[in-house]
Amino acid sequence: MQEMKASYAFVERNFFLTRRYWGWELAFLVYSVAGALSISLIGAAAGDDRLLLLLIIGAVFWNYLSVVFSWIAETIAVERWEGTLEYTFMAPVRRWTQLLGSCLYAMAYGLVHTAAILVVLMLFFPQLEPGSMNLLTAVVFVALGSFSFVGIGMMAAILPLLYVERGAQMTFVLQSCLLLVSGVYYPVEVLPGWMQLLSYLSPATYVLDGVRAGLLDGTPVTALVGDILPLLAMGAVLIPAGLWAFGRAERYAKRTGKLKRVG
Amino acid sequence: MTTTLAPEPKTTHPTSSPLPAPHADREPAARIPAGPDAGDLIVPLPRTHAGPPALLVEHVTKRFNVDRRKPPVLAIHDVSLRLERGSIHGILGANGSGKSTLIRLVSGLLTLDEGKVEVFGLDIERDELAVKRLINRVSVDAAFFKKLSPMENLLFAARLYGLDAGQARREATAILARLGIAESRLGRPVEQMSRGMQQKVAIARALLTSPTLLLLDEPTTGLDPRSKLDVQAFVEEVNAAHDATIVLTTHDLAEAERLCDRITILDGGRVVAEDAPDGLKRRVAERHGQPPTLEAVFMTYTGRSLDEDVEEDDSDE
Repeated sequence: MQEMKASYAFVERNFFLTRRYWGWELAFLVYSVAGALSISLIGAAAGDDRLLLLLIIGAVFWNYLSVVFSWIAETIAVERWEGTLEYTFMAPVRRWTQLLGSCLYAMAYGLVHTAAILVVLMLFFPQLEPGSMNLLTAVVFVALGSFSFVGIGMMAAILPLLYVERGAQMTFVLQSCLLLVSGVYYPVEVLPGWMQLLSYLSPATYVLDGVRAGLLDGTPVTALVGDILPLLAMGAVLIPAGLWAFGRAERYAKRTGKLKRVG
Repeated sequence: MTTTLAPEPKTTHPTSSPLPAPHADREPAARIPAGPDAGDLIVPLPRTHAGPPALLVEHVTKRFNVDRRKPPVLAIHDVSLRLERGSIHGILGANGSGKSTLIRLVSGLLTLDEGKVEVFGLDIERDELAVKRLINRVSVDAAFFKKLSPMENLLFAARLYGLDAGQARREATAILARLGIAESRLGRPVEQMSRGMQQKVAIARALLTSPTLLLLDEPTTGLDPRSKLDVQAFVEEVNAAHDATIVLTTHDLAEAERLCDRITILDGGRVVAEDAPDGLKRRVAERHGQPPTLEAVFMTYTGRSLDEDVEEDDSDE
């Protein structure tokens, strides 16, 4: 119970931060909508509604996953920037409690942010018919994919812990690599063979496969076990791996004095 | 509005504390002068408690590797300290002498290379969470989420330490009022507050969690005289009324003299002198023919004047 209260502390604090930075949140939403629209319009220009929907799904769900990933990865970066990192690390809180709170807020934030983008896109492209879509399939895949991204996010959060000046920016490298190999805007089959192998290691590949199958073809979730099992396995491996790696990095930071505030 | 706070009489420790009750008949460390024949640089503190010391630092060493081609920098070298419960212990030293590193080691923000640290008998590495519940720290930089309000920042801290939100709000309001920060200021962003007010909020945040060991790392550096007096008075009050043991690092020798029962002087990561303020002053007067002031003590044991240290401070900025 004590740990859950402490987890909630991070949820509440991040909510307070979102509320205080409302101007930035608005700007970020406009940026995200503009990006998703720009990509989707490629489909509209081709006059192909299926391609349009494929790109919308890619843009919207990539937005969700990258927002979740960013929030978790920036857990440390923001604290370092504000100078509160040492204070938080001194608190009688287990690290998984802190990361759990950050992840819960990241998922809630990601859902709201992405829903807003989806609404704008649906208004922009009224010709799209949601009638044959299987929304349950999409929801299940997004939920399962979130676990894997939480694990990767925990590992990415190590970078600002270890690389004081540019660690936060280094997390973008991870995101862009996932974007490249996961078939967000194109089928993975167009990638060179060695990159296709990497695509099997990205949870985003399976999430997008599942979501597209559900929304484009109306495929029920029960017919997509082949995509669900790798996602479950990745979540089961990546979250403990992320916690372990974070713990090792924290120990290293305490040994070398990298928790100390800079700037 | 600012308020100068008067120390309040000591009360009993909260019943919820896991710690033994303070000994009413204990002689405060400040009132244990070093004997005239004290020959060593470090005058041991007589043990006056049956229970474990509030803080025990034994032969602690910490090195940092700053360059692979160079030998590690010895930031703290074989430092030992013993703080009895309820004392205020000052740590003085020039910039780079290891004061803040020592505070970070005690806070668990750095790992020990050698030695051990115990807080009320609990090992800071083995009993990490239990120790964290007993300590809090105020650093020279008031570390806050600057866009959040004082209340939002304090509420976050309260939840981390397992306090009920409603109770935390009431206590935070009361503590900040004692420090001269009106309730109407509690909803506005911290970034709109002066440096002195931010530091008071930082102290309030630390007190909210009822620490039994409070680590104050230059808490009044950069404050105006009035704010400095407010904070000093509050430190005295916390020590007296809440039975908190306090470790204070400072460059302000008048502050050290006013607040500290005992003072340790660090130089180059080593303890070069330790005694009650009066004992240190008497020693430099008798042995070195220096005036009996803490500034003379500082110069004698660190080999530099306070002015040099302040100049170095300025050039660091």
